[in-house]
Amino acid sequence: MSDNKNKIFPLETSLKNSYMDKTKPLNHAKSGSNAIEHKKVTNSRLNGYNIFDKTGLPTPVIEQWRSTNITKDYKENYLIGDNKPKFDKQINEIFHCSVHGFDTNVFALLNGWYYSTPDKVLQTLDNGIIVGSLAVAQQKYPDLFDDYYNEIARPDSHGFNAINAAIFTDGLFIYVPDNVKSDKAVQLIKMVNRDDNIMINTRNLIILGENSRLSFLHCDDSINQHKGLLATNTEIFLKKDAQLDLYKLQNLNNNTTLVNSTFVKQDANSNLNVNVLTFNGGIIRNEFTIDLTEEGANADISGMYLMDDKQHVDNQVKVIHSAPNCTSSELFKGVLDDHASGVFNGYIYVARDAQQTMAFQKNANILMTSTASIDTMPFLEIYADDVKCSHGATVGQLDNDALFYLMQRGIKESDAKLLLMYAFVTEVTNKIGIDALRNSVDDMVKKRLRGDLSICDKCILQCSTPDLPVEFEIDMSKI
Amino acid sequence: MLLNIKDLHVSIDGKEILKGCNLGVNNGEVHAIMGPNGTGKSTLAAAITGREGYDITSGEIIYKGQDISELSPDIRANEGIFLSFQYPVEIPGVSITNFMRTAINAQREYRGEQPIAAGEFLKKMEEKKKLVDIQSKLTNRSVNEGFSGGEKKKNEIFQMAMLEPTFAVLDETDSGLDIDALKVVANGVNALRSENNAFVVITHYQRLLDYIVPDFVHVMYDGKIVKSGGKGLANELEEKGYDWIKEHVQNG
Repeated sequence: MSDNKNKIFPLETSLKNSYMDKTKPLNHAKSGSNAIEHKKVTNSRLNGYNIFDKTGLPTPVIEQWRSTNITKDYKENYLIGDNKPKFDKQINEIFHCSVHGFDTNVFALLNGWYYSTPDKVLQTLDNGIIVGSLAVAQQKYPDLFDDYYNEIARPDSHGFNAINAAIFTDGLFIYVPDNVKSDKAVQLIKMVNRDDNIMINTRNLIILGENSRLSFLHCDDSINQHKGLLATNTEIFLKKDAQLDLYKLQNLNNNTTLVNSTFVKQDANSNLNVNVLTFNGGIIRNEFTIDLTEEGANADISGMYLMDDKQHVDNQVKVIHSAPNCTSSELFKGVLDDHASGVFNGYIYVARDAQQTMAFQKNANILMTSTASIDTMPFLEIYADDVKCSHGATVGQLDNDALFYLMQRGIKESDAKLLLMYAFVTEVTNKIGIDALRNSVDDMVKKRLRGDLSICDKCILQCSTPDLPVEFEIDMSKI
Repeated sequence: MLLNIKDLHVSIDGKEILKGCNLGVNNGEVHAIMGPNGTGKSTLAAAITGREGYDITSGEIIYKGQDISELSPDIRANEGIFLSFQYPVEIPGVSITNFMRTAINAQREYRGEQPIAAGEFLKKMEEKKKLVDIQSKLTNRSVNEGFSGGEKKKNEIFQMAMLEPTFAVLDETDSGLDIDALKVVANGVNALRSENNAFVVITHYQRLLDYIVPDFVHVMYDGKIVKSGGKGLANELEEKGYDWIKEHVQNG
């Protein structure tokens, strides 16, 4: 018995204590809201509690968590969730985000809660897109929750997702009606300004109607150096002919752990483009489960990571080809320096009926030191016989021939290395379809590689008004 | 003397490749170094430019009156030493334009000068592209990525024209070139020749030397320069072949 006691760490205990009274779901307790929850939300909370009771938090004993050990952080005491903050400051007073020439509709979550004035808690934008608090949307659009909520999320996949279903506070809800094509991107900024060690669980639901289009920029940023454990589940539905361009920007302090799971269901001829840009963070785990359920669906998932110090990044991408004539491609590239470690786990599943599938996967890494490491695991499970699938993984150092070539032209070693690392990840960053965002990301990559971002604990998008100039210039558009 | 190499011994992984090489080059001169494969011609180029892994075990490389053996490749480059690579390296993700701007600004910073103005840079690019007949769109592409053999070599001469070196080594710039490209490359080099710079042209064949006429021709064999002469020596080699040199060396 004493052994068992030792295995229960403070976070797990805190989590279990947080729902001791299951008749009072955490968000209601925290918010003091009398609102009646949608039945599906309540049921999935109960289901989440039950799963978590059995499984607890994932440990490296589980294959998918073998190389990402969060248990060492369990020993810290965490505050579980926070009360709903009052709206007493504008978003840009807490957090200033400016990208020149990049005009977005900005929405924010603060400490796990949708942050706005009461009149803007759930809005219909000019183009018909509905955006706002998930907690409010469940009351106003119960039919959409009937159809979509918790339909594709997998609380049984591991303890983080189970507990997320159980105790999430709030999140972002987006509904794009049929045939609405938005030129202006929706930007979500997730902020935490608590001084305590805090675990925050949020949940997003994004529905794109038939033949609709949306660009969604999802930013995870720290605005202080406090320890945090941020967990998010996002469900995304792409109806026939819909297109979503999803950009995830991750710039967190070295004390923060981010665990996020994104579940996507794609109908016929829908298009998904994902770009995960990981700049900084203690432990970052990105999970994608993408189901191509009808013919002609396409998913293009790419990611870039620049890690140093003792940082850890883990990208888990699962693409399920359930229907014929679908295409998917995965491209993840990263540079790992110092003692940083990384994981890439790419899983392609092709069902028996999914003939004419095209599925490609590539993971390339540069290790700058002998103490940096990457664990890359491509995995293909194919039951159809007429498919084109490929995968490849590379781990290497900077090319010495290229380094000498650059230095022979007068470029000093440190800049030549920077240029090569920058060049290495441009294959990913060049996929960014919004020019202003791509240029900003370019600048961020340079600043990150120069080491300028590590002193910057705020949004990397502020690079457009830099404290420190980017001295070497390799951006064509700037000359 | 601009460059004075004295009794240079160079080893790679403990194996001696250059075994006492001597070479003196003055401003305004073009020297050709010929010789069979594996005699140390490219090793000499690597030693002059400071490539890692080429250990100078004895001897000196005096450039502008200073021994440069301990200087890093970028310092040597900024002192005006340029190498046209035998095998130019592909660098995906870096366009030639950005590469050249970075290189020119590195050179300027080294000299304590301000970075080049955008207008001036673009003007210079256009001017030098014409010199080696490089198409405009090529400079927007990544360095050497997917270039033909001819394009790669033209790109080397283009970079040389942009950086205006004092001392340039052309390592088998003629290999893989058809006669038209060879003429373009040679014309580019000839246009850059002046009283204030010097060239060393490494080649197997006399053909290039019909277009870049050298002041001196040296024959390298087994890690040493074994014979030197005027332009006529290249023709003699072409006629008699390298066996003639081997016999010449063996007979002392």
